[in-house]
Amino acid sequence: MNGLFQQDVNQETFILNLGPQHPATHGVLRVKLEMDGEYIVDAEPVLGYIHRMHEKMGENRTWAQFLPNCGRMDYLSALSYNHGYVAAVERAAGIEVPERAEYLRVITVELNRISSHLLWFGAFVLDLGGFTPLLYAFDDREQILDLLESVTGSRLTYCYFRFGGVYNDIDDSFITGTREFIKRLRKRMPMYDALVTKNIILIKRLKDIGPISKDMARRYGATGPVARGSGIDFDVRKHEPYSVYSEFDFDIPVYEEGDSMARYMVRMDEIEQSMRIIEQALDKLPEGEIQPKKAVKLVKPEKGDYYHAVEAARGSFGVRIVSDGTNSAYRLKLRSPTYSNLSLFGEASRGMLLPDALALMGSLDLVIPEIDR
Amino acid sequence: MPEPFRVILFIIFVMAFAGLNAAYLVWCERKGAGHIQRRIGPKEVGPFGLLQPIADGIKLMTKQLFLPKGADPLLFMAAPLMVMVPAIMSFMVIPFSETFVAREVNIGLLMIFAFASVNVLGLLLGGWGSGNKYAVIAAARCVSQNIAYEIPMLVTTITMVMVTNTMNLNEIVRAQAGWFFHWHIFRLDISLLMPVAFLIFFVCSLAETNRAPFDMAEAESELIAGAYTEYPGMGFGVFFMGEYANIVIGCALSVILFLGGWQSPIPFHPVGFLGVIWGLFWFLTKLYALIFTVIWIRWTYPRTQFYELLNLSWKVLIPISLFNLILTALQIKIFPWL
Repeated sequence: MNGLFQQDVNQETFILNLGPQHPATHGVLRVKLEMDGEYIVDAEPVLGYIHRMHEKMGENRTWAQFLPNCGRMDYLSALSYNHGYVAAVERAAGIEVPERAEYLRVITVELNRISSHLLWFGAFVLDLGGFTPLLYAFDDREQILDLLESVTGSRLTYCYFRFGGVYNDIDDSFITGTREFIKRLRKRMPMYDALVTKNIILIKRLKDIGPISKDMARRYGATGPVARGSGIDFDVRKHEPYSVYSEFDFDIPVYEEGDSMARYMVRMDEIEQSMRIIEQALDKLPEGEIQPKKAVKLVKPEKGDYYHAVEAARGSFGVRIVSDGTNSAYRLKLRSPTYSNLSLFGEASRGMLLPDALALMGSLDLVIPEIDR
Repeated sequence: MPEPFRVILFIIFVMAFAGLNAAYLVWCERKGAGHIQRRIGPKEVGPFGLLQPIADGIKLMTKQLFLPKGADPLLFMAAPLMVMVPAIMSFMVIPFSETFVAREVNIGLLMIFAFASVNVLGLLLGGWGSGNKYAVIAAARCVSQNIAYEIPMLVTTITMVMVTNTMNLNEIVRAQAGWFFHWHIFRLDISLLMPVAFLIFFVCSLAETNRAPFDMAEAESELIAGAYTEYPGMGFGVFFMGEYANIVIGCALSVILFLGGWQSPIPFHPVGFLGVIWGLFWFLTKLYALIFTVIWIRWTYPRTQFYELLNLSWKVLIPISLFNLILTALQIKIFPWL
């Protein structure tokens, strides 16, 4: 016993190290917990176990060379990260994107959002001790991965978007496949509802557990489902519309309760909303090019400071580019949503029981490589 | 059959039954979980993966048995045995068929409950002796959970003893002879709450054996592996076998007390050797149906929270089981001819 674990024997509390290897943290996150029995006195997330210096890499690589990095931060909704970076560079360099390409971006990003939420759903119920829904969710997610593989070429770390468009057009089999998948998922959602959402054990584990107030969410800069579960009506797709999102009719699910159940419900409702967006996008899909007529070969944004945010599955993902007019960024700042969402864990978990705190942590939907970048 | 020979035969049988049950219930669990989760489950080792438990056992036995730093050697090593041995002992009084019972003890029921409470001590010492914080938390949970759950379970059992007037398990089964509506679970004339009493007993035996949805002591997503966290190789294997043996005991008790034990649903019972087989068949059928339910529950429901469990026990199960006790006493008094 030494160092961090050294303790006064007369002390009433003890330090519990949750992670970096722990089943509930879903990755190499470490949380230092000060415990009084099973009650948490204080919690401190310790980050950096999977830090890969993506921001620094952004300064050393050319604009195009950084593209594959985007898929390796949040590996569950990689396309949103592609989108955020590509859109920021397009804004900086003033590149026009054909309409068809924007539609393809929206369709693939929303499919990716559904797959991310499905995986979260399974992993979250797994955190609560129910194993089976995970495999049911994977079954559905598999269909999305197959669809996305057919058009992007990869299943997890996508690098599909290019400056000015996308790299591959979709075909009829993708469109019919996507429509069939949506029909299938609509049929499956009532099953998830009956098996999990309406389960009395789950309701008791989530209702009024881990409340995050509106004020707390604002102070820590929480975004995405975490903020929307606390009654903050903010979604980048709706409030700062980018791409072609303003052309679709969809709702932003907002729950006022702020407990783990509210965050759960937000994500489950978002799956339905994403399906609505995809359906409308497939109906309206315009013909045309998927890349600008004159291919973008050399990107050299004007000197300046640019920012673009997109709504990723976990919240608002922002890219700030400081360009000095050369072929690589002077500074690339990536604002990842989970970093802010996790930072409220210390305050929110104070005084909670360990299993409840882990339910709260699960409801934040953590992807560790995205926190550390 | 000469007495010493009979005893040795039964010891061998009971140990083989407990060991094989543990091994093959793991297989059933994995296969069942597989089919519930729309996958196949083990299939590589032997036909239908039937040799998988043996492969698992060999793997566990080849692992090094090391003692973690800061562990208490005696408690650490003794704990798995304290879970396994009482479970095997309990099999001694279980009537598999009318004459197929190692020892027809008059206080069989009391003996099983006495041994069952040692199980908790084993988990507590294992968790404490590991010198691991997660294991200690699990051990503490385990104790408070079992204290809460033994009360409704014992009150229900007292009710059944009151009804049958005996603690001899075989006598309890004999009291349920005849058609299936003579089984205690259907005897509304003894107590209107009999099916509820069965439910209470079954839920309590789930909690008693630390099975989902009450597996807070193991809680792999919170406490890694709970009290078993530090156990390597066969130390863990013995815990595991003890857990499955306890599930069998719990389900066997439910069958004996409420579902007529080795009685068939129709009033037909052949004599002699055929009768033994007939009784054995019905007992095992009911037993494994209940065990399958236990497995089914585990792969369907998430884990409850700790205080929910205590709430359920103190606010729901204990009052209902006490009310059932009084109601039964009343009904027996009013209709003494039953």
